[in-house]
Amino acid sequence: MRRVLLAEDSASMRAFVRAALTASANLGPLEIVEAQSGFDALRLLPRGAWDLVITDINMPDINGLELISFIRKNEAHKATPILIISTASSERDRDRGMQLGASAYLVKPFTAEALVDHALAQMGAAPASGAHG
Amino acid sequence: MAEITDKAREEFFSEAQEIIETLSRNLLALDAAQKAGKEDPSLINEAFRAVHTLKGLAGLFGAIRLGAFSHRLEDLLDDLRLGRMDLRPEVLDVLFATVDAYGRILTIEKEGRDEDLPSVDELFRRLDRLGQAVERGASPTGDYELDPGMLAVLTEYEEHRLRANIEQNLKLYRLRVQFDLSTIDKALDEMKERAKRHGEIITYLPTGEATGADAIELDLLLASRDDLATLIGTMGADNVVIEEIPRRRRSVAPSALPMPGSMGVAMAAKADPVILERVSEGAPDQGPSLRSLTQTVRVDIRKLDHLMNIVGELSIVRSSLSRIAERLRGEGSRQLATELMRLHRNFDRRLGEMQDGILEVRMVPLGQVFDRLARVVRQISRDLGKEIRLVITGAETEIDKLIVEELSDPLMHMIRNAIDHGIEAAERRAEVGKPLAGTIALNAFQKGNHVMIEVEDDGRGIDEVALVEKAVASGKIARSEASELVRDEILALIFVPGLSTREQADDLSGRGVGMDIVKTNINKLGGVIDVHSETGIGTKMAITLPITLAIVSALLVRVHDQVFAIPLSTVSEALSFDAASVRRVENREVITVRGSSLPICDLGRLLGLPEPHEDRRRRFVVVAALGNRRLGLVVDHLYGQEDIVIKPLGSSLSRVRGFAGATELGDQRVGLVIDSGSIIEEVLSGTEGPRERVSLLHG
Repeated sequence: MRRVLLAEDSASMRAFVRAALTASANLGPLEIVEAQSGFDALRLLPRGAWDLVITDINMPDINGLELISFIRKNEAHKATPILIISTASSERDRDRGMQLGASAYLVKPFTAEALVDHALAQMGAAPASGAHG
Repeated sequence: MAEITDKAREEFFSEAQEIIETLSRNLLALDAAQKAGKEDPSLINEAFRAVHTLKGLAGLFGAIRLGAFSHRLEDLLDDLRLGRMDLRPEVLDVLFATVDAYGRILTIEKEGRDEDLPSVDELFRRLDRLGQAVERGASPTGDYELDPGMLAVLTEYEEHRLRANIEQNLKLYRLRVQFDLSTIDKALDEMKERAKRHGEIITYLPTGEATGADAIELDLLLASRDDLATLIGTMGADNVVIEEIPRRRRSVAPSALPMPGSMGVAMAAKADPVILERVSEGAPDQGPSLRSLTQTVRVDIRKLDHLMNIVGELSIVRSSLSRIAERLRGEGSRQLATELMRLHRNFDRRLGEMQDGILEVRMVPLGQVFDRLARVVRQISRDLGKEIRLVITGAETEIDKLIVEELSDPLMHMIRNAIDHGIEAAERRAEVGKPLAGTIALNAFQKGNHVMIEVEDDGRGIDEVALVEKAVASGKIARSEASELVRDEILALIFVPGLSTREQADDLSGRGVGMDIVKTNINKLGGVIDVHSETGIGTKMAITLPITLAIVSALLVRVHDQVFAIPLSTVSEALSFDAASVRRVENREVITVRGSSLPICDLGRLLGLPEPHEDRRRRFVVVAALGNRRLGLVVDHLYGQEDIVIKPLGSSLSRVRGFAGATELGDQRVGLVIDSGSIIEEVLSGTEGPRERVSLLHG
């Protein structure tokens, strides 16, 4: 099963992202691991490989930029696609995130369709099922 | 595609509510910090983040007005946190007003209504009038040997804070800290606490070097006035390396290394990163789990009510068990009875634990409502130009969530009254030698099974003469009655509908809610209000409330042929008396208990039950006490104590005063629960009248 790490401090936003990704047939079955803060994400990151990291920028203490920079410096995760989700007002911070090596960004509020499109663009569609029984 | 479910919407609204409460707390802290002449930029940033999150969510859930309002407010907070605007008092005023506006917007969004909110429109105009933001100059960060990697990850806010600190000519330090991942939360909080004493933490950056499966290394950028030795003295530890970030000097090569980091501090951070990488690869599946860091769930209180109802049903089962055991014993099956009693005791203990557990979950600190009140005090004191010092004690006192929800309106009104009518104008206070700032004290504490909340002011006190005059003039009491009133009865007049010592209703207290409504609402919660007042010294209103509304221990009594339950929390004692010893004093029946007289009230007569023919010389009196008032309720028989779950009365009976609800008794019968609070109020204030007969509940 493909794994997504979601770093976002709003519970409702996390629930929305989870619901949107889970409902997509094209993405296939996903294990979505939720981090409630940048720290939480740092703690969860070493637990195995990830197919996609979705992160907010504006989080307390460890912000999304720091998380992105950390992922890109980390040998095990430097190739993991990163999708930024942030509001329109954080334009400068979002640009920084892209400079630090994020793969794409999505401006809040976004639709479930837009989120799934971006996730598909980063991870590709689900591999054909049944290959390994 | 994913639908927004009702559950998700509900989650969203409760998160929004929480965010607004956080915003409110931040503003209060900001206000307090300003008054103390301190500055805490992180509070503005937190307020910004709160509104920022709200805006994002509003968009997601189609809450357009919430989104638009948050957007405007976010702009303002962004200007404030980035130093483009100063936090002037009038700006803070507008910010405080936004909390109430949010409340209104949230209500109509939640109910899906589309109506005009003039007060919110006005707030938009006030926001516009605050003026333009001023752009700040270029960053002087180039003067320091800052690691470009660190500069690259600063958010706009962090960059601004760095600039602001550099402008104040502070020293910059890099703290390289290793944390154990399993304890990082606590360790970091401690670190933050200690660092805050020296200055401001501008950013945290994971170095990406020394992380293994269970450790992480962070660089903290700290701005401080203190020198390196002081910092090492308080913050130094095996896992911390502190370095001062030197200023660039033109005469020195730009590659000048930071000061030697050790200075007696162990250089744990200088370990070879390659080795540590290997550690991380070698043990990828051990260590902390994927579980989230905070282990809390948000639960709808109705679910707790449901659980509590089940406990209630179970306690009825338990009562039946003990009755069956008694019957068995009576019929000679002693051994079976003993076994059943043992089972009963075990069941009883576990049920008690379960009940306590559920009750504990329902409890919330009164601080929740006190925070809101602090905002009101601030607002009113500004509106009226009266300087008020609010002193809160016992905010941690816990009480049933449902009671807290119902408390804020009555308390708000009492505080309005205290500031408006109680606290004198500054000139008057100066004349009588009081401190210019009036004091409002909000005290909460637990007393047995009750929570006491006091609202106290150091104002002029209640004008008893004017109050009585008003009562007579408005025909509430007769002139002849007025002369016989004792002090407590006079003060109780403030709870009579339509009585206020003010000639004219004003903006603040005259909004249609009088103290009579306050009293009614407190009574509904099973509580009472007592008033104490000293002319020239102040007024104290004391509310006595039960800790929870869910389950009560009650005394079961018989009046004629009906069983009633009297909540034990209101019972101080029960005794037998001789009907012949009843005296009449001032139109009221009293008996003498231990030398002092106790007013009594025949429950059967009060409730309009038919008079029985039995000989009733020897009867019982249950002494109900609430606050400092006592009343003896006369009954025919005492059955004993049981835990009961109070269920609301059906619509046909809900108009009947004097009852808190109905309950199922252990033998499957239904009993009415006496509302001692309202009966005490009614009888002692002499307003009892003919009532609907209660003979509907027989079998």
